[in-house]
Amino acid sequence: MPHIVSIAVSILFDGLAYAMFLFITSVGLSVTMGLMNFVNLAHGAFAMAGGYIVVTLTRSSGVDFVPALIIAAVTVGAASVPFERYLYRRLYKATDLEQVLLTIGLAFMAIAVFTYFYGPIPKSVPLPRWLQGDVNLGFRAFPSYRAFLIVLGAALIAVLWYAFERTNIGAKIRAAVDNRRMAESVGINVDRLFTLTFALGSALAALGGGLAIQLFGLTPSFAVIYLVLFLIVVAVGGLGSLKGTLLAALILGVFDTAGKYLLADAGGFFIYAVTVLVLLVKPAGFYGRE
Amino acid sequence: MDASETQAVLSARSAARARAADYLARRHRFRWPECLPWLLAIAAFFLLPDRMTFGAQVLIMVMFALSLDLILGYAGIVTLGHAAFFGVGAYTVGLLIARLGYTEPISSLCAAAMVAALIGFGTGWFLLRYRGLTLLMLTLATAIMLQETGNLRSDISGGYDGLPGLTIAPLFGIFQYDLYGHVNYLYVLGVLGLIFFFVRRIVYSPFGQALTGIRENVRRMHAIGSPVHRRLVTVYTIAAAIAGVAGALFTQTNAYVTLAVFDFDVSAKVMVMLILGGTGRLYGAFAGAVVYMVLEDYFSKMSPTFWQFGIGLLLVLTVLFAPRGILGLIEGASGRAARRAGP
Amino acid sequence: MTVPVLEVKGLNRAFGALPVTRNVDLALEKGARRALIGPNGAGKTTLVNLITGALKPSSGRVLLDGEDITALSQAERARRGLARTFQINTLFRGLTVLENICMTIGERDGECNNLWRAAGAKRSVIDEALDYLDALRLTDDALKLVRELPYGRQRLVEIAVALAQRPRVLLLDEPAAGVPSSETHLILDVVASLDPDIAILIIEHDMEVVFRFARQITVLVAGAVFTEGTPEEIMANADVRAVYLGEAIPGGGRHD
Ligand SMILES: Nc1ncnc2c1ncn2[C@@H]1O[C@H](COP(=O)(O)OP(=O)(O)O)[C@@H](O)[C@H]1O
Ligand SMILES: [Mg+2]
Repeated sequence: MPHIVSIAVSILFDGLAYAMFLFITSVGLSVTMGLMNFVNLAHGAFAMAGGYIVVTLTRSSGVDFVPALIIAAVTVGAASVPFERYLYRRLYKATDLEQVLLTIGLAFMAIAVFTYFYGPIPKSVPLPRWLQGDVNLGFRAFPSYRAFLIVLGAALIAVLWYAFERTNIGAKIRAAVDNRRMAESVGINVDRLFTLTFALGSALAALGGGLAIQLFGLTPSFAVIYLVLFLIVVAVGGLGSLKGTLLAALILGVFDTAGKYLLADAGGFFIYAVTVLVLLVKPAGFYGRE
Repeated sequence: MDASETQAVLSARSAARARAADYLARRHRFRWPECLPWLLAIAAFFLLPDRMTFGAQVLIMVMFALSLDLILGYAGIVTLGHAAFFGVGAYTVGLLIARLGYTEPISSLCAAAMVAALIGFGTGWFLLRYRGLTLLMLTLATAIMLQETGNLRSDISGGYDGLPGLTIAPLFGIFQYDLYGHVNYLYVLGVLGLIFFFVRRIVYSPFGQALTGIRENVRRMHAIGSPVHRRLVTVYTIAAAIAGVAGALFTQTNAYVTLAVFDFDVSAKVMVMLILGGTGRLYGAFAGAVVYMVLEDYFSKMSPTFWQFGIGLLLVLTVLFAPRGILGLIEGASGRAARRAGP
Repeated sequence: MTVPVLEVKGLNRAFGALPVTRNVDLALEKGARRALIGPNGAGKTTLVNLITGALKPSSGRVLLDGEDITALSQAERARRGLARTFQINTLFRGLTVLENICMTIGERDGECNNLWRAAGAKRSVIDEALDYLDALRLTDDALKLVRELPYGRQRLVEIAVALAQRPRVLLLDEPAAGVPSSETHLILDVVASLDPDIAILIIEHDMEVVFRFARQITVLVAGAVFTEGTPEEIMANADVRAVYLGEAIPGGGRHD
């Protein structure tokens, strides 16, 4: 294979895997922000918590990676409910600023707690044999773990798309994102709906956190460092839009990967430049309401 | 209506007018308690001679928080990237010394203010049409892009290792910066005093009132013909310049600068200080920065983890129970006490 | 023939697929007293938003004194003498009534470009502000915060703010909406006694008020001008009565 094509394929493949991670972790944030207009800067903390649960389960309790992911998602999803019920709910009508401060506060506390228990050194996770090494797709070998990410991401997209577009609950969520007051007036219990999507979004974030360990290593500051990326995906995609989140994750995932492959030094610059460009042209993101 | 009735109506009217004029004048009149922070700052100079470098750092953060108060507290612009301007100011001075060998402190400050103002004006003109999440992201991206630019040209900026060992020429060509930071403390205090005077004028000017109007109800401002975007860009530029001066003083005080000045942590920290002290009330920046810096100095030596937890908790508690900050609490308490003491 | 102070030509606007303003023409002469009536959802507020520039039309033009202002921002239109009140109070709730008015005067006169002089130092501004408050019987509330006032008095502040803009055209969007009926007469008295030179467009549901105040009436149905005329003509118009009796009109609005 010529060199340049080989690089392009690598960029696409890695970019796609990265995009799937971004999508899985950000989609919950997008839907909850679209639904309640709530700026949740603690979203990354839920992802980080999920990551540490996976680390503990696999390292100390000998649970396999995949079951550990599922347990982490369920645990964090369930644990997020009281946060929503007793803290977030009090600030739905508050200003952006108050929401930002409360959730940054929570993120700081989470970072401190996890640093206390796990220390600041990056953690890794033991992978099962079938996720190590490469898979050969005939024309070329790819890292198994990234292939797994892509397949898992695609499956989740299909499930979420079905749930969003074809089920009763999905229709209610879309209606509430579109026009909250209208939805309430036709008898949709938006509060309950929000608790549900919040829990689901947090569970997906935890899953994303677990999946991220192998890609970046896990430290407590994950909660803030990657939060910026999730927020960018949400802002670029447009609040509350599944399609938008996916498109943004794909574009940013591939661009960021390309930037890092082709212009190692300027790599970090790229994703922000794309973000600024998109938002200057479309302030509400690709599929957001102006 | 007979003559005496007309007379009564007229005098009631002029009494109402006098009351109104007095009420409006009272708002910006100097009050004695306003001396307090300055007296404390001077007292610190004599009582804590070996903590002068730390003292200067506190004053710098007061200035930085004050600049944020102008845009956040008065105009209601929520930004996650105010460190951008602090960093630009810090690097202007750093680069002047390290790359051009220019070490005169005061003209360097002016240069830092101008460069920061320029960048504030340029980015503000683009960003300040937006609100909510979009604005949050764009301000955040501004700071990160500046940091990445610095990283890209680490041959000039020194990258994350920064520019160490910067030396400054004597102040006014006379006063050598001493090892204990005594001269520097007074220098920073002087600059802060000047800037505070300036900010106080702005806040109580008709322009400052218009900013409050934008924060209170931007739709109404448009409806009464206010050029909202222009007002916001103006105040954003001024705040950027002040943040730039704070950053410049930071470099001069520490004699080094690294790209960490652009960190999100820096933007978050100054916001926490301001919220802690109280937004939109001038002296909130003083109370917040002092309390934050002293607590941080004490606790982060003990345990940085513990300190981070404390800051998080403090934020959560402030939002839930003291949304108007420390000064708000004090005002509330003294108001209650006055009511109890009164009739 | 004189040029109308305000003229609207072929104005259109849709929200998504829903057309809310359809080919509206409207003209106000100097000193006009025109009522805009129509069922809820007819697009009356939207029309005010289009005229003042709070919304952009998809097509059509707005002229002030014969000059095309369609491309101007809301603020620029306001500075040229186009004022409005809001159907739902839109005030600086955390400021005093007096400050609400002084702010308006300050922006009108360009005072707010001043960063250095103390606000509230100009006696002439305070005097003018109090003149408006006196006229609207708000003097005693001058130093109270807006949010501490009952809703009905806040409605008066809405009008005072609009007057402080010294408008040539004033658009009143349901000035008595949300006010207990025992207090509406105060607001309507104020409206009736406004400067005769100002061209006024009032949106109002109470037909008695409309017929007493207005010299011309425009009826808006489903975003389009259904008919217009003098109060007598409108009263005699069977189709209009049909609208107000709730009979369906093709593509018509609904009653709430
Ligand atoms: N910002 C908006 N987005 C979508 N639809 C709107 C918006 N504003 C008004 N509408 C719709 O336009 C129609 C006309 O509204 P409005 O002008 O408020 O009517 P009126 O003032 O005559 O009661 C209504 O059906 C309303 O739901
Ligand atoms: Mg209306």
